[in-house]
Amino acid sequence: MMHLGPHAAFIVTAYAAAIAIVAGLVAWIVLDQRHLARMLEEFEARGISRRSGRADGEKG
Amino acid sequence: MSLIELANPSRFLAVSGRALPWLSAATVLAFAVGIFQIYFAPDDYQQGATVKIMFIHVPAAWLGIFGWLLMSAAALGTLVWRHPLADVAGKAAAPIGSAFTLMCLVTGSLWGRPMWGTYWVWDARLTSVLVLFLMYLGVIALWRTIEDPTQAARAAAILTLVGAINIPIIKFSVDWWNTLHQPTSVLRLGGSTIHPAILVPLIVMAIAFTLLFLTLNLAAMRNEIMRRRVRSMMMLQAASPAGS
Repeated sequence: MMHLGPHAAFIVTAYAAAIAIVAGLVAWIVLDQRHLARMLEEFEARGISRRSGRADGEKG
Repeated sequence: MSLIELANPSRFLAVSGRALPWLSAATVLAFAVGIFQIYFAPDDYQQGATVKIMFIHVPAAWLGIFGWLLMSAAALGTLVWRHPLADVAGKAAAPIGSAFTLMCLVTGSLWGRPMWGTYWVWDARLTSVLVLFLMYLGVIALWRTIEDPTQAARAAAILTLVGAINIPIIKFSVDWWNTLHQPTSVLRLGGSTIHPAILVPLIVMAIAFTLLFLTLNLAAMRNEIMRRRVRSMMMLQAASPAGS
């Protein structure tokens, strides 16, 4: 077991804070990605596509 | 592949989609190696085990500064070359850079209390990093305030370049003024003053943090491209005769 000495609480809190900040960032990006992907799917399901998307489709 | 080819958002999404799993794996691997080394790193002869806070505090500080430098390069890309992905990169980096700067401030305070006897002091290094954090919040607020992405990008780019003045102030604050914060001990002329037993884990953690930043920034850029697609679809829907 690692011995952190008399200031263990500060060390553990610092690492916990760093983990919480990184976890928050990752969660925000993942949830944002899912939300945006769902919105894009909904638009496409309703037949709405971007002009560039339509142009690509017309070319194809 | 050239930067011009990557300028196409669809092309960027395809390339970044392939790169992200590899970057994520490299990030996890680098953190695993770094944490393993931290576990066996010796205590400092003066600071004891609190030196372990350095392994997250210093990389977080570097990445806070790196984020602003990345945003500054993106700002030049927006204002000078009008690269279509430059403002996407800049916007994506702001929350990530702010998070790393916050991490630097929080871990620094927690390191300062046992070593200096205080969580905070208004010295040049601490204050200039706090200013960096506030500037990040300012750029994020600006992006959220202006609805049109093109106008928001220009305003944010100008604010970013003006704010870049703070970066050398942060770097040299410990040399220009008497500060409670210790002087530069890693990136300095004449070499590092840190023993290799502590320096090596620090460098590994810095690599891990950098990989984490790049991974998150790439993912956030992909989100921003999707957000703009959603926005254009909403505008198309609003402009359609049926409104549906």
